[in-house]
Amino acid sequence: MTAQHPPPPAEPGSAAPHAQPVPPPPPHGATARGDAPPLSPAPSQADIDEAIGAAHARAAHAATRDHPPRDFPPYRSSALRHPLAAPLPLRDPEAVELRGPVFGVTDVTALDSDLTRRHHAEPLGERITVTGRVLDRRGRPVRGQLVEVWQANASGRYAHRLDQHPAPLDPHFTGFGRCLTDDEGRYAFTTIKPGAYPWRNHTNAWRPAHIHFSLFGDAFAQRLVTQMYFPGDPLFPYDPILRSVTDLAARERLVADYDHELSVPEWSLGYRWDIVLDGPAATWCEEGRAR
Amino acid sequence: MTEPTAAAPAAMPLPPTPSQTVGPFYGYALSFAGGGDLVPAGHPEALTLHGYVFDGAGEPVPDALLEFWQADPAGATAGAPGSLRHDPATGQVVGRDTVRFTGFARVPADADGHWTLRTLAPGPHRPAAVPYLALLLFARGLLHHLHTRVHLPEHAEALAAEPEFAALPPERLNTLLAVREAERRYRFDLRLQGEKETVFCDFPLGPHQPPGAAPVPGAR
Ligand SMILES: [Fe+2]
Repeated sequence: MTAQHPPPPAEPGSAAPHAQPVPPPPPHGATARGDAPPLSPAPSQADIDEAIGAAHARAAHAATRDHPPRDFPPYRSSALRHPLAAPLPLRDPEAVELRGPVFGVTDVTALDSDLTRRHHAEPLGERITVTGRVLDRRGRPVRGQLVEVWQANASGRYAHRLDQHPAPLDPHFTGFGRCLTDDEGRYAFTTIKPGAYPWRNHTNAWRPAHIHFSLFGDAFAQRLVTQMYFPGDPLFPYDPILRSVTDLAARERLVADYDHELSVPEWSLGYRWDIVLDGPAATWCEEGRAR
Repeated sequence: MTEPTAAAPAAMPLPPTPSQTVGPFYGYALSFAGGGDLVPAGHPEALTLHGYVFDGAGEPVPDALLEFWQADPAGATAGAPGSLRHDPATGQVVGRDTVRFTGFARVPADADGHWTLRTLAPGPHRPAAVPYLALLLFARGLLHHLHTRVHLPEHAEALAAEPEFAALPPERLNTLLAVREAERRYRFDLRLQGEKETVFCDFPLGPHQPPGAAPVPGAR
């Protein structure tokens, strides 16, 4: 797994304590990639690498580094969108957030998990299946819960009007799917491998190929929105979003495994990605209120 | 990555999958028809909750996504399926039926950062509880979603008396209170950063959250 292989200047140890602060993005405004508009001059990849090193050094002493710090300057859009105050801890064991929404057969159809069959013909790209299990932190399956995915097409273009990356749209690919987990917490999608795409965080910024995932647990407090990456992507070291997760082991949990057993002869390549939902479910389930 | 095994619950807590930003392009996937209509228009008990999402510069956040989860008026938190009810012929989401209260809503902010929810007032989820709507906020630029709570103004005093909120200064506590604008219409703005920043919360109940996991206030 190569969630990290050091780009020249900025990896562990070499964290640059004197990094120039990355300029915050100018006030809002939709742009070609729907992201931070280009600055003049936009930060270079080297500026961003240095800022990542500095942010990782700052995070090194955090009690947990499972999730990204919300204040992560190399991802410039985070500058004005993170609270300054620490969250207020709430420990009421009967909080509404310890229950959660339910979904059922009315909410998902069998076809929703196959992103290659939404149109009259098949999309271009490398056909893949992505499967895995959704678990709580005790390793128990999250059953009957909603999993949603969305992604760019094989050329790295989203079917979203604000995405103006000059790569072709695919009339046979929209790129979103849903399913419910089964009794073992399993989910499965058939899709095509998304392409990498450019964005305007800095000059020559490219996102590694990824699939966006949205997950529900039994408790609203377990909710997770994240991104799954593909093993061995050479763009990992350059991406401030993946590297907003400051701990290498945590970062590697965002990378799927290629699993040859899941590949279907003469049809598709298989990836496996298990997901562990954070949150307090482990406690309250033991109190007998699990659904 | 670790391959957790199925049968026996893990003795040690499994490390969680990290959060990543929702990004700018969730709109064609996560948004669904009637996402903010927990009850149909014209429902005699319906109340409208609406507001803006602002960033640290006071600018509206046009690509925020809000989710709500709440008890029904009787205080039940069992929820019901059907938030994403499909038309089986077209596969399109057609909105909730008009009978079951699912308790879950999803509302993307408009281009001006404004959002609207039509719902019923939540009841107390246990005897004497202060009712509220749980609100989850996602946005491009936000690497990890934020939880907060919306309370109706008639519960202001009860909220201030809750031990978990007692330490908040009044102006912070006020960020958790909707403002009554008209009969059955309430306003609730969210501020991600800075002056009048919304109070966000987390749920450190699990055995796996070491104390001190939360950043120390003012330590940045
Ligand atoms: Fe993306």
